[in-house]
Amino acid sequence: MSNPIIESGNVAAAMAVQLARAEVIAAYPITPQTPVTEKLSELIAAGKMDAEYVAVESEHSAMAVCIGAASAGVRAFTATSSNGLLYMSEQLHWAAGARLPIVMCVVNRAIGAPWSVWNDHQDAISQRDTGWIQIFAKDHQEIVDMTLKAFRLAELVHIPVMVNYDGYYLSHTYMPFEPPDAEHVDAFLPAYTYKHALTPERPESLNTVTLPDARLDVDGIKRGGYMDIRHNLHEEMGKSIEVWEEIDQEFQALFGRGGHPVIDPYRCDDADVVIVAMGSMANQFRVVVDRLRQNDGLKVGILALQMYRPFPSAIIAEALQSARHVMVYEKGLSYGNQGALYGDIKSALYPYPARPRLHNFIAGLGGRAIPTESLYQTMKTACEQDLQTPSAQADAPQWIGLQL
Amino acid sequence: MQSATEQIIQIRWHGRGGQGAITAAKVVAEAAFRSGYGGVVMAPTFGTERRGAPVTTSLKISHSKIYDLSPITTPDIVVVLDHMILHEVDVTAGLKPGGWIILNTPRPVEKHLFPGYRTAVADVTRLGVEAGLRKGIVNTGIIGALGRASGLIDIEALADNIAVEFAGRKPDANAMAARLVYDATLMFDNMGGSTDA
Repeated sequence: MSNPIIESGNVAAAMAVQLARAEVIAAYPITPQTPVTEKLSELIAAGKMDAEYVAVESEHSAMAVCIGAASAGVRAFTATSSNGLLYMSEQLHWAAGARLPIVMCVVNRAIGAPWSVWNDHQDAISQRDTGWIQIFAKDHQEIVDMTLKAFRLAELVHIPVMVNYDGYYLSHTYMPFEPPDAEHVDAFLPAYTYKHALTPERPESLNTVTLPDARLDVDGIKRGGYMDIRHNLHEEMGKSIEVWEEIDQEFQALFGRGGHPVIDPYRCDDADVVIVAMGSMANQFRVVVDRLRQNDGLKVGILALQMYRPFPSAIIAEALQSARHVMVYEKGLSYGNQGALYGDIKSALYPYPARPRLHNFIAGLGGRAIPTESLYQTMKTACEQDLQTPSAQADAPQWIGLQL
Repeated sequence: MQSATEQIIQIRWHGRGGQGAITAAKVVAEAAFRSGYGGVVMAPTFGTERRGAPVTTSLKISHSKIYDLSPITTPDIVVVLDHMILHEVDVTAGLKPGGWIILNTPRPVEKHLFPGYRTAVADVTRLGVEAGLRKGIVNTGIIGALGRASGLIDIEALADNIAVEFAGRKPDANAMAARLVYDATLMFDNMGGSTDA
């Protein structure tokens, strides 16, 4: 194992992409993603990474280049944030529909208007239905490990993977992490071979206009129409949860880290109240959980969700069966309804016998500070009120830290 | 097991954009980590820094992994790279009672007494020049004052990490600046007695 180093989250991501031997990088700079692509272009210019860096004029083109590269059987990577992600939205659907194993880091940032460079999760949440796999890292080690595992997953299931990490909280913060050594990474992530790779010797037309109904191809084999192809994407996305778990086990055997690829529970076993959150906020809640248990004798746990799409409904619902209350804290929402994650969790619990009382909290939009003290106080108040006199199920989210 | 934030040493750095506070905090983070502090987190101010304007950087140091990445609001120590910042920013905001103010100033320590706090001063700008640095390079020197007042990390570990960070950019002079400042640092506490032996 190599020695730990102290670097920023963006550099951690770039190091993982270097270790993964990505062959094409196409990216357009946007805060707070920019240092990832700067670092990758430095590595390529210095001859430390054998890849083509394509300096594109927009995020739409960045994803288009990745689509082209991946179609030719080349390992492709890009990174973006916020409005950049939205600008490539059309191409995101295309990459997923075309079943191309692209990996992208999304350095999560609020979406304008009004303009904000600070962190929340609305960028990723707004793209949850593109057919991309979405995973969320909580610290730099997870950025590195998840990015490496993401290439493996994408190439096994032929579905693109979005590795999300919080802008500034992770991207610009320095902390120790252990970069895996290149030899082990090469064993874990062999060179990518794509059996449908485009070559001039074997020309193919891919993803042309596809009729509503299934039909016979030139060889007389029945081929699906649009709906059948999309059904396959949905089914195989669901199965990729299990593949992700297997990849994590292999990674753990090689590198000694992992074990919580889908959900990462902390002190949840005997918890009456379970908090659910994604990204760095889930780690912040560990401190809150410790305080609530130590100072107030409240049995609270935090369940970090590592994989948001495909949504691991059964795994989450089963993990929440012994909780009396579930507090969903999130940095994004479905405007006019409720938190997107909250809605997903509520839906996941519907078929199960135990349906804990659910509470929804919206926090940290556009970088609004999330003081640990305020998380502690809101949790303490919520626990004391609701554990004594359970309120009726209310879906309206509570907003943490509003100033008007 | 990870415990409450009280066991995390929180250091807030005040400098000007371009002055190198982030690099200094990173050097101290490295030195702390190499000295056995398993948890270090260094976070610059999130967002829009401008050259010359007052900026802050947060450094948290702990014996175990740090899970709380929220910005520092109640520091144990504040490090001020430029005494003129005192006229623009309340560097004591949130500082814990008895906390340290580590200050680069040409003025004597008696001129920088903050009720309820401890002060450590050195003329880091002058000592940097003495060490062979260009005038105005203070981010490595001030690390010596922090090391002296806090006692958190050995000066040799700090100097070694400075030399590594500044490889190719006057590593020896930068390390020397920290050593000179370490020796020259004067300390004073709020109760009115010199704590310097």
